[in-house]
Amino acid sequence: MEKNNLIELKNVTLAFEGETVLDRLNLEIRDKEFITLLGPSGCGKTTTLGIIAGFLEPEEGDVFFDGKRINDVPAYKRQVNTIFQRYALFPHLNVYENIAFGLRIRKLPENEIHEKVTEMLRLVNMTGLEKRKINHLSGGQQQRVAIARALANNPRVLLLDEPLAALDLMLRKDMQNELKKIQKQLGITFIFVTHDQEEALSMSDRVVVMDNGRIQQIGTPKDIYNEPTNAFVADFIGESNILDGCMIQDYEAEFSGKRFACLDSGFAPGQKVDVVVRPEDVDIVPVEQGMLSGIVTSVTFLGVHYEIIVDIGGFKWMIQTTDEHHIDETVGLIIEPDAIHIMHKSEYSGRYGDYSTYSDEIDHLSDVEEDEK
Amino acid sequence: MKTLSRIYLMLVMVFLYAPIAVMIVFSFNSGSSVWVFEGLSFDWYKELVFNSEMLGALEHTLIIAVLSAVISTVIGTAAAVGITALRHKISKSLVMSVCNIPMMNADIVTGVSLMLLFIFFGRLFGLTESLGFFTVLIAHVTFNLPYVILSVLPKLKTTDANLPQAAMDLGCTPTQAFFKVVVPSISSGILTGFIMAFTLSLDDFVISYFTCGHYQTLPIVIYNMTKRTVKPDTYALSTLIFISVFVLMILYNSVQGRSEKKRGESR
Amino acid sequence: MRRNHTTIGRRLIAAPYLVWAAIFIVVPLFIMLYYALTDDNGVFSLANFATLGRYKNAFLVSILYALISTVITLVIAYPLAYIMTKMPISTQRFLLILVMLPMWTNFLIRTYSWISLLSNTGIINTLLSKIGIGPLKLINRPGTVILGMVYDYMPYMILPIYTVMSKIDRSLTQAAEDLGANRTHVLRKVVFPLSLPGVISGITMVFVPSISTFYISQKLGGNKTMLIGDVIEYLFNLGPDYYHVASVISMILTVMILVCLFVMNRFSGDDEGGAIL
Repeated sequence: MEKNNLIELKNVTLAFEGETVLDRLNLEIRDKEFITLLGPSGCGKTTTLGIIAGFLEPEEGDVFFDGKRINDVPAYKRQVNTIFQRYALFPHLNVYENIAFGLRIRKLPENEIHEKVTEMLRLVNMTGLEKRKINHLSGGQQQRVAIARALANNPRVLLLDEPLAALDLMLRKDMQNELKKIQKQLGITFIFVTHDQEEALSMSDRVVVMDNGRIQQIGTPKDIYNEPTNAFVADFIGESNILDGCMIQDYEAEFSGKRFACLDSGFAPGQKVDVVVRPEDVDIVPVEQGMLSGIVTSVTFLGVHYEIIVDIGGFKWMIQTTDEHHIDETVGLIIEPDAIHIMHKSEYSGRYGDYSTYSDEIDHLSDVEEDEK
Repeated sequence: MKTLSRIYLMLVMVFLYAPIAVMIVFSFNSGSSVWVFEGLSFDWYKELVFNSEMLGALEHTLIIAVLSAVISTVIGTAAAVGITALRHKISKSLVMSVCNIPMMNADIVTGVSLMLLFIFFGRLFGLTESLGFFTVLIAHVTFNLPYVILSVLPKLKTTDANLPQAAMDLGCTPTQAFFKVVVPSISSGILTGFIMAFTLSLDDFVISYFTCGHYQTLPIVIYNMTKRTVKPDTYALSTLIFISVFVLMILYNSVQGRSEKKRGESR
Repeated sequence: MRRNHTTIGRRLIAAPYLVWAAIFIVVPLFIMLYYALTDDNGVFSLANFATLGRYKNAFLVSILYALISTVITLVIAYPLAYIMTKMPISTQRFLLILVMLPMWTNFLIRTYSWISLLSNTGIINTLLSKIGIGPLKLINRPGTVILGMVYDYMPYMILPIYTVMSKIDRSLTQAAEDLGANRTHVLRKVVFPLSLPGVISGITMVFVPSISTFYISQKLGGNKTMLIGDVIEYLFNLGPDYYHVASVISMILTVMILVCLFVMNRFSGDDEGGAIL
């Protein structure tokens, strides 16, 4: 297994002005994979990228590339290239010269440079715009030049720091597909940083969820969504109802004052746990058939489905359903065993309440501008 | 590399401050020479109090600096607002080019041309003495104006063009909108412009030289002294000015630094 | 309708400035032109231009001195500005104060202080004679005038270069490193081209006052070298009869400066007047 790891971070720790940004981070990145660092702003994801690129040096811990320790290798000698948050294209050079920048540094012959730049322009669909000035390009075009410039150097790893954050929704979707395609085509490792969970889930082979300078969970998008390890991950990825509960025995848990069959085992009888139920996994039935019952307090039509809030014993559940319900209606709920996910208590337990107020997820999404240093 | 650049930095600073150090040291000279140090004394500072020529000139300088800074800040801020409202590209660049002339041209030409203007009009109205307080003031306002305008313009460019509209939408008259919304949002630019105007006016020698007549400002008096022999009292006055500017800048800087830190923490 | 109304109002408040600029910027230049093209009796005449040959030397020396001092200032200031940007922010702020402070100390005094330092019985020569090196002739030489210019206008070179350099986005230098550029490459291929606007405005801010100064040469050059500024000042002090010739010289100086600025602006690319300050 060791051999498959291209990059390894071991116990990497870093602090800015006394504030810990990365706390004993351990991360292994495999060759040719698309891995995403996901987390709210300030979680340390961009810092991690900076350490891999060589712009930042860890205070403690080691960075390995292909088995060799590279802590002291300066950025310009590393086989990684970066796509910066706001692209960092050189304003004094045109499209062609931006892409040729790294090649000229390596003093390649002119015809090779020309060949490579042309190839890169074709790869990102920018043929014919060689002579354009950078500030005469649209955001999407600048993005493409940034990709071409980074890839022209034949990196083994491409680091992408929130590259799509500045694009509008439609363009972002297109670029997601295109990036994925380019990664497959070139067969190199992509390390992608984003705070957008949907982007992370749809593009990645593996997702690394980070918060507070620590890795909360590493796994495939499905694992992360279906088997979150703690309340933070459950809340950050998708919508979840997170309840206090306790394990009665293997395959049986108690929450909301009722006992439910579940698929989880290995907990001590009576152990306090966090229970996650995804809004789409709850079925609404007439009261008399329900395992739980409550009163509908809000209904929002979202096109594909309704999002309704049901008050059960003071806890506000979010439920997604395709059937219409009305406020003040009393409904019954059925939760199948495979809809219940049990997690160990963590420092995040109790931090994410019910749906009686807006979650702060909106804040996570809106502050791209002031990300970590 | 680090030590090398440190040494370099030190050398340039020594170069920049050698004459100023000389000035400070010799202001404490007990003798009357500015290059043979005879002993330490505060006599020249004491004598300053009785030097009516220099104190009078200092007063003139301050009056001119305050007045010209205020006038140019008012006219310049208004001009900047008006210039941003200009739609026509050609008229805008024409106005800006004229605006830049006093800043780009040699001070001596600005001074001389203003002097010719004043003399020309003075002759027209049959005055025997056309230069004085008003001509210095006009000259200072003239060369201060572009600095005020260029400090305010960028702030106006970055403020939301809809701000006054929003204020009027909420019930302000256009005048109220201007003073309650536009002015506060460009206040830092206005302040910078004012400070620049004030300091430029304090320091100006060349333009005042040609336009002041008998209304002598401090630099003019100093100039006349350096034509004869400079005594340590001139150094003493300059030292006092230097120290007060230094203290002011340190204060301003620490205030700014603290407010920046606060902003950083609230993030 | 209402919107139109307010923009007209906004334009109107520039009126006081426009009137001021017309009377005190444009008209004086035309009066200068009038003086340049007339004789003592106010009659059109080109005779003033005939005397110009007498001042050819002053023009040449002024241009030469201004060029030399501008180059020296640039060579000293550029590395300094670069070193400053590499310092911690608080140090940068302090250094900035140190660079600006001399600008607020009366420049006549600062220039005069050099006499204290350099004169035959001055501080440096006193020190030199103590270690047995006889008094050197340090003052009243062409080099001293250039030293004075370099000294007086140094902050005007450092500040614009530093300002532009410190605004270069750090991600740009990181991007260059990321693409394989070492420190020299980054400096040559990214920092230098991006700092050019600062260099250009630094050059103009040093060249213009250097070519037109009249104090430095009088004090440090010992009246031996007449620069254009000295000639203009001298002629205007001689009295109204000489205003005509002095105006011609001032006009020529103005044209020379305008040409220089135009060329410089060409250099700095198509940024709209960004190089002016």
